[in-house]
Amino acid sequence: MKKEILKLRGVKVHFPVQAGVFNRVVGHVLAVDGVDLDIFRGEVLGLAGESGCGKTTLGKAILRLVEPTDGEVKYISQDDDETELTSLEKKDMDPFRKKLQIVFQDPHSSLNPSFTIFGSLQDPLKKFGIKSKEERRKIIGDLLEAVNMRREYMDRYPHEFSGGQRQRIGIVRALCLEPELIVCDEAVSALDVSIQAQVLKLLMQLKKEKNLTYLFITHDLSVTEYLCDRIAVMYLGRIVELCVSEDLYNNTLHPYSEALISAIPVADLDKQTKRIVLEGDVPSPVNPPKGCPFHPRCPKATDICKTEVPTLKKYSTNGNEHYASCHLIDLPEIT
Amino acid sequence: MAKSSLDKKFDQIRKREEEKTFSTKKRSRIVNKFLNNRLAVLGLIIFTIIILASIFAPLLSPYDPMRVDLRSMRQPPSFDHWFGTDSTGRDVFTRVLFGGRVSIFIGLGSAILSAVVGIAVGCYAGYKGGWIDVIALRISEIFMSFPQIILVLLLVSITGQSLFNLMAIFILTGWGGMYRLARARMLSLREEEYVQALRSFGLSTFTICYKHMLPNALSPIMVNITLSTAMFILTEAGLSFLGLGVPLNIPTWGNILNVAQDILILQNYWWMWGPVGIVISVFVLCVNFIGDGLRDSTDPSQQG
Repeated sequence: MKKEILKLRGVKVHFPVQAGVFNRVVGHVLAVDGVDLDIFRGEVLGLAGESGCGKTTLGKAILRLVEPTDGEVKYISQDDDETELTSLEKKDMDPFRKKLQIVFQDPHSSLNPSFTIFGSLQDPLKKFGIKSKEERRKIIGDLLEAVNMRREYMDRYPHEFSGGQRQRIGIVRALCLEPELIVCDEAVSALDVSIQAQVLKLLMQLKKEKNLTYLFITHDLSVTEYLCDRIAVMYLGRIVELCVSEDLYNNTLHPYSEALISAIPVADLDKQTKRIVLEGDVPSPVNPPKGCPFHPRCPKATDICKTEVPTLKKYSTNGNEHYASCHLIDLPEIT
Repeated sequence: MAKSSLDKKFDQIRKREEEKTFSTKKRSRIVNKFLNNRLAVLGLIIFTIIILASIFAPLLSPYDPMRVDLRSMRQPPSFDHWFGTDSTGRDVFTRVLFGGRVSIFIGLGSAILSAVVGIAVGCYAGYKGGWIDVIALRISEIFMSFPQIILVLLLVSITGQSLFNLMAIFILTGWGGMYRLARARMLSLREEEYVQALRSFGLSTFTICYKHMLPNALSPIMVNITLSTAMFILTEAGLSFLGLGVPLNIPTWGNILNVAQDILILQNYWWMWGPVGIVISVFVLCVNFIGDGLRDSTDPSQQG
């Protein structure tokens, strides 16, 4: 029986756009515009989409690094206690900060250059009640060994490490309070391919050992294919397709996902893939197009797409739940 | 074949490694880097000498800086009076030493205090942003838009000349620059991912901005402190020269220079203003060297 760890309901993050002398608000960037998503305990949920579609903002909104404008983020503990996170006071948030952590994209800015590794990792531990220095050193040392690094490295400065090593230190930081969910925000995108594989393997191994749940944010669908149990595809701040990962590749429902998948490079010269090239750019999230937000670029768009906003509907492919928001799907909707 | 100098160096390193003297040497990286900068070390040495000489002035000179001795007026430099004597027979060397106490105190004190104020406000406002930032920015603009000299004139005419008035004015007009520097650094630093990571742990604003972010913002501020120390010493000298700074009876470098207003002294008695002018320039130069050295050595991304 799958149990949820996070339930997102209608999460919106709007950033005001200011202009003029008095910083009048002239509009909003709809970075995340109404996302419903359940994350189950122990799964790896991929969140894919091109740049600027709101993936990172959604990840940060979960941790309240960005305050959601609207909507609910519910955390469900192992004893089935539900807590709504967005309405909590700052200090009431602390016990949940321990459960939810994040690994960042850029290994070069994710570590404080003025502190040794131990120096920058010890404050969170101190805050969450590990008083003795020996104990803190032990925890960090053990975790460094868990990510295949040497214990002594904790007394070194970040500039002494390579990108892959820094990323692993970033993972140590996320792990140090024994979280349940880790948001991996493009955690391997800045690394080169061989190091990517190494870090991904490490992440999967840690997941097994520590019973973690990952929200894996990426723009690279070739990574998610091997990693994720389910994949959500985002476009312009909304989820357009959500399904088990094999179904996304084999029974794609949404034309946008189709285009994304066709863009994955295949290391096979004989294989002819039909490349769907999308015209133009992602429309401005300040005033998204009327109707389906994807219709100006969609190769299949019809008249209904220009007027009506499609909702996320439930279908079934291969006996799995498959959500998609498109007017042109001819599968029967499940209610 | 003769060994090249590189080989010799390598042999030395190997020898030291065998003797395990490497591990015993535990000097901090920053100190090491600073000591490798020759100009900075030179600056530091002269800076220390001048400060020590000012502090231990009574031990170095048998004269009283305030005592008028009409029998030895306007004497040129000699073994008795190293820098000669002034129009009332006071020993110029002694006055330079004692003057250093006040001048350095004003310069360093105002620079450090204004930096403390500027950093405290700038870090918090820069990190927090929002209305706190807007208010702090406007206040600093108001203070910076006042010309120093008018503030000095105002305060001097209201409360009379005093050392602390001068320092208060320096701090009031000086903190704005420091504030802006700190704020600008914080604005760029707060988007760094390590700051986001700290926030995701829910650490307090104070820990994040003063403990974790401030060290990364410090190097330009350090340079600014030294620069403004120099500037404040010069401004003090300038104001005292005009008779607006420290009361004339207290010897400061500026007050000693004050005599050069008299064209007769300027032309005939170079020792009354020459040495003190040189001391001011050398001191200011040294402080700048130290500032440069500090900036290079505290920058953690520069290796060496």
